[in-house]
Amino acid sequence: MVIWPVISFLIFLPSLGALFIFITRANEGEDSLNARWVALWTSVITFFLSFLVWAYFDSSNASFQFVERYEWFDGLIDYYVGVDGIAILFVILTTFLIPICILASWNSIKEHVKEYMIAFMLLETMILGVFCSLDIVLFYLFFEGCLIPMFFIIGIWGGARRVYASFKFFLYTLLGSVLMLLAILVMYWETGATDIPFLLTYEFPEKLQIWLWIAFFFAFAVKVPMWPVHTWLPDAHVEAPTAGSVILAAVLLKMGGYGFLRFSLPMFPLASSDFAPFVFFLSLIAIIYTSLVALVQSDIKKLIAYSSIAHMGFVTMGLFSGNIQGIQGAIFQMLSHGLISAGLFLCVGIIYDRVHTREIDSYGGLVTRMPVYAFFLMLFTMANIGLPGTSGFIGEFLSLLGVFQVSGWVAAFAATGIVLSAAYALWLYARVVFGVLEKKKLIQINDVDWREIMTLAPLGFLTIFFGIYPRPILNFTAVSVSNLVEHYNSVMSISREMHLSLMTGL
Amino acid sequence: MISLIVFLPLIGALFAGFSGERFGKEAPEIVTSSLLTLTAFLSWIVFFKFAAGGEPFLIFIASWITSGTFQADWMLRIDILTVIMLVVVTTVSSLVHWYSIGYMHTDPHRSRFFSYLSFFTFAMLILVTSDNLLQMFFGWEGVGLASYLLIGFWYQRPRANAAAMKAFLVNRVGDFGFALGILGIFVLFGAVDFESIFNGSRSIGNFFEGKSQEILPFYDLLHIDFLFWKIDTVTLICLLLFMGAMGKSAQFFLHTWLPDAMEGPTPVSALIHAATMVTAGIFMVARLSPLFVLSPFAMTVITVIGATTAFFAATVALVQNDIKRVIAYSTCSQLGYMFAALGVGAFSVGVFHLFTHAFFKALLFLGAGSVIHAVSEEQDMNKMGGLCSYIPKTYLMMLIGTFALTGFPLTSGYFSKDAIIEATYAASFHSSAGFYAFLMTSMAALLTSFYSWRLIFLTFHGTSHISSEIKEHIHESPMIMLVPLFILAFASLFFGFIFKSFFIGKNYDHFFGNSVFPSSGTAVLDAMHHVPFWVIWTPTLAMISGFIFALLLYLKWPNFPSRLAEQNIFLYKFLLNKWYFDDLYHFFFVRPIIWLGNFFWKRGDTFLIDGFGPDAVAARTLDLSRIFSRFQTGYLYHYAFIMLIGLTFLMTFCIWRILG
Repeated sequence: MVIWPVISFLIFLPSLGALFIFITRANEGEDSLNARWVALWTSVITFFLSFLVWAYFDSSNASFQFVERYEWFDGLIDYYVGVDGIAILFVILTTFLIPICILASWNSIKEHVKEYMIAFMLLETMILGVFCSLDIVLFYLFFEGCLIPMFFIIGIWGGARRVYASFKFFLYTLLGSVLMLLAILVMYWETGATDIPFLLTYEFPEKLQIWLWIAFFFAFAVKVPMWPVHTWLPDAHVEAPTAGSVILAAVLLKMGGYGFLRFSLPMFPLASSDFAPFVFFLSLIAIIYTSLVALVQSDIKKLIAYSSIAHMGFVTMGLFSGNIQGIQGAIFQMLSHGLISAGLFLCVGIIYDRVHTREIDSYGGLVTRMPVYAFFLMLFTMANIGLPGTSGFIGEFLSLLGVFQVSGWVAAFAATGIVLSAAYALWLYARVVFGVLEKKKLIQINDVDWREIMTLAPLGFLTIFFGIYPRPILNFTAVSVSNLVEHYNSVMSISREMHLSLMTGL
Repeated sequence: MISLIVFLPLIGALFAGFSGERFGKEAPEIVTSSLLTLTAFLSWIVFFKFAAGGEPFLIFIASWITSGTFQADWMLRIDILTVIMLVVVTTVSSLVHWYSIGYMHTDPHRSRFFSYLSFFTFAMLILVTSDNLLQMFFGWEGVGLASYLLIGFWYQRPRANAAAMKAFLVNRVGDFGFALGILGIFVLFGAVDFESIFNGSRSIGNFFEGKSQEILPFYDLLHIDFLFWKIDTVTLICLLLFMGAMGKSAQFFLHTWLPDAMEGPTPVSALIHAATMVTAGIFMVARLSPLFVLSPFAMTVITVIGATTAFFAATVALVQNDIKRVIAYSTCSQLGYMFAALGVGAFSVGVFHLFTHAFFKALLFLGAGSVIHAVSEEQDMNKMGGLCSYIPKTYLMMLIGTFALTGFPLTSGYFSKDAIIEATYAASFHSSAGFYAFLMTSMAALLTSFYSWRLIFLTFHGTSHISSEIKEHIHESPMIMLVPLFILAFASLFFGFIFKSFFIGKNYDHFFGNSVFPSSGTAVLDAMHHVPFWVIWTPTLAMISGFIFALLLYLKWPNFPSRLAEQNIFLYKFLLNKWYFDDLYHFFFVRPIIWLGNFFWKRGDTFLIDGFGPDAVAARTLDLSRIFSRFQTGYLYHYAFIMLIGLTFLMTFCIWRILG
């Protein structure tokens, strides 16, 4: 075990970087490079630190590791952090993507560079806090804290309708989390505790479970986002700067799925199983409805945003299937979607930087001048479709396998996503990349440079690597997930016996 | 050695794809072609080892997915069915590689082309060597991707792009079924590797026949409730899997992508859309034959779909004018033959036709490529004619291919295709589907002969319709293109004769071992050898009459076909427009889906959800604040007046309370 408080260090290192940027002279012009380099180095070091945690992590142990606990607020709330096999993967996903985001913003952000980098560093702290918190109030603080830097990133460095988008994003998510706050208060009154490992073992009465489940569901459903509370996402994506879109799709959405996994399923298993058909229903709508909507979009970013919603439908569906394949598939799908959507949004950013439009019709025939770019976009498109051999397939397949064991019908409807995703993704690719290069603006367009390859190549490599060899991820989550499923099943069978004995008693 | 066979093409693909022309212009094509030739040699060595009596074996490569009880590993399974496919794939692929060096000589993107070709071969080899359904699905989608990339290889042509997308999407519709089938198999058998599936099938079979009374672990799962019916799970799974096979093998309903796929370069059509990829569906059904025989209903469906396709595609091929499209529909039709054979339980016969068809159809396509090459990329047969004296070697090769396809005695098609017709006849005693298949395949044999000879006569005989400009450039193809044709011609002529005893002769049970469901179990193969005399001669007779009709119509009275078309304009239009499948699909699927997408977006998201959700809340909040802000007039006397009123109310209230 590592003795020094490595998790706290991990969480607050980016903030330290933010402070450093704040006090250095890093305003406009030449000096803004300072801000960029400090941010890059901080995020790279944070990544290596998280890698260290991963290396020392004991994957055969289901309990939380690297735990730190300090009293806070007179013992009412503790500063209590640690990671398990699920959280650590999301931590690494975050620390891995932030340097890529910084690199992607290197040239495209020209104004208020210093503030932009500070916002990103603070955002990283908040996100890591969410995944590492073992106290539910602390979790809430970080969960809400993410909104502030993101609000500014969209609202200040965004596109033309950035103010509308940032407010829509902020209010939607805030409204969802208010209910979660209420639920947290109720849980505290019920149990007198706020620490998550304790709450995970506490058995809430069934009536209460249902109310708590609904409250948490609102918060997380907005984050995921599930139909019909998804409309903030396309707007936020379209207006956000490239790196903002990347972090939004790749990490912030996962906080919703992570929330379901950490709270709804293990803490309220009875309610989860009661509501599972409802979740399946919404997930199916998300998969089919948003895929169809994605098909007719004329804005590249909006299309990818809608496809994100469809892919997150597989996540919610897999999670609530309540078996090992479904939950592992959902986790895998979240991580893989983190890589793939990041890659796709980076690709959009690259051509946006050159042509300054997101209209699909303004492109065509890019492969003639940008073969390397075409290769990467093809890779991410195929992964988005869920082609076997890419990470997208493993997640989708396992989620389908999980839900098929619960209901063949749900799986059958969800599997139409296989056809629809191929339709919108390939059509987009054909319109942007293939064809004759004849538009005036595109004739002089240049292929990706080294900085851009540095952002795309790691994502592309991991997408294929995990598609062929998903063991690292599956192994890490195996113990935690089977623990969760056992708990879930045992609670279910106890309640079933109780119902039976009641029936026979009558 | 097996690993080498599978991974050498991948190495070639990566080399050609990433090195480009860094090591010289010829490096990618030479490297990929040489590697493929090596794999072909290795495959033949393995084949003869097996033919001499080898035992099936497994090779573990790496673990893939493990989740709970679900497990799928990277594993190669080598048995005779695999080895047959290995030989077919690597041989045709290496020949196509060499041929392409000549054919694609002037294309600027050759390294990309060869990279795709080799990648395709790799995916196809993974498909045929897989030991579990998931790995097969990997190969399945891998060949789909390669096919997509190669159809759209000339990305500047809008039609090529559209065809590539169509191929991928139609295949995805099939994959929808395949994927669900895999899920069903896991739920039923608790595993997706073939050994578990075969063992499970065996116990279900014993259970059905009443041989075994043991309670099966999956007894509860043998039937599922669907509304008010109980459905046999095995049948459902078989039908879902067959849906995948229909997509990949371009069977009736899901065939529309194959003719369009001809937009790709001709060597691609030969390799992917004739010899190998499209036979993946046949391979899958043959591989899972122990499962399929459990469901008579599924087998009937396979027979009917196969027979219908055989007939339908042949009718469309009658009137097509594009030389490649004729051969494409012919492929479609021949694949129907194979399915018909599988459906009546003659698995080894279906595989035999797969084997022989791969060579003569590749020969026909490459020959057509040689013709197209000669007449400056012209594909319309009405603008050809009289070519036999200009390109005699190609002409001869095309003739051999046509002989084999139409089943001229002692060529390879004669053995395999006639065997299918006999098998369907033998099956017709105990199933009406078998009789239907016999009728359809016999009629299709006549049509096959007709359209094949029509192709030959229009292209090589009669009066020439070639413009003088092109005529100057007509040339025989270079040796690098002709030698592959010679080799394929040799295979088309003699492979049927050489290998027939293995596939349909006395040795077949010994040869196939357990790799397909033993045909003796279905008794069709034995009955096949005792069919009456007239049945044996039916296909040959059909072939001859088709030839005579074509001879009369296209050489004797060349004006007659157009008159015939004018007289039967509706029938002609019906056939020319491919039974209107494309238009129907466009009307029933494509347009409604686009409409639904727009409806959900404009009405659902924008109008309903945003309109009554966030935007409405925002608007109402603004309205409210506007109303309230009206009170903030800023005039002192307003405020004073309000205060006065308030005070009055308050005092009234207090007094009332005190008094009351």
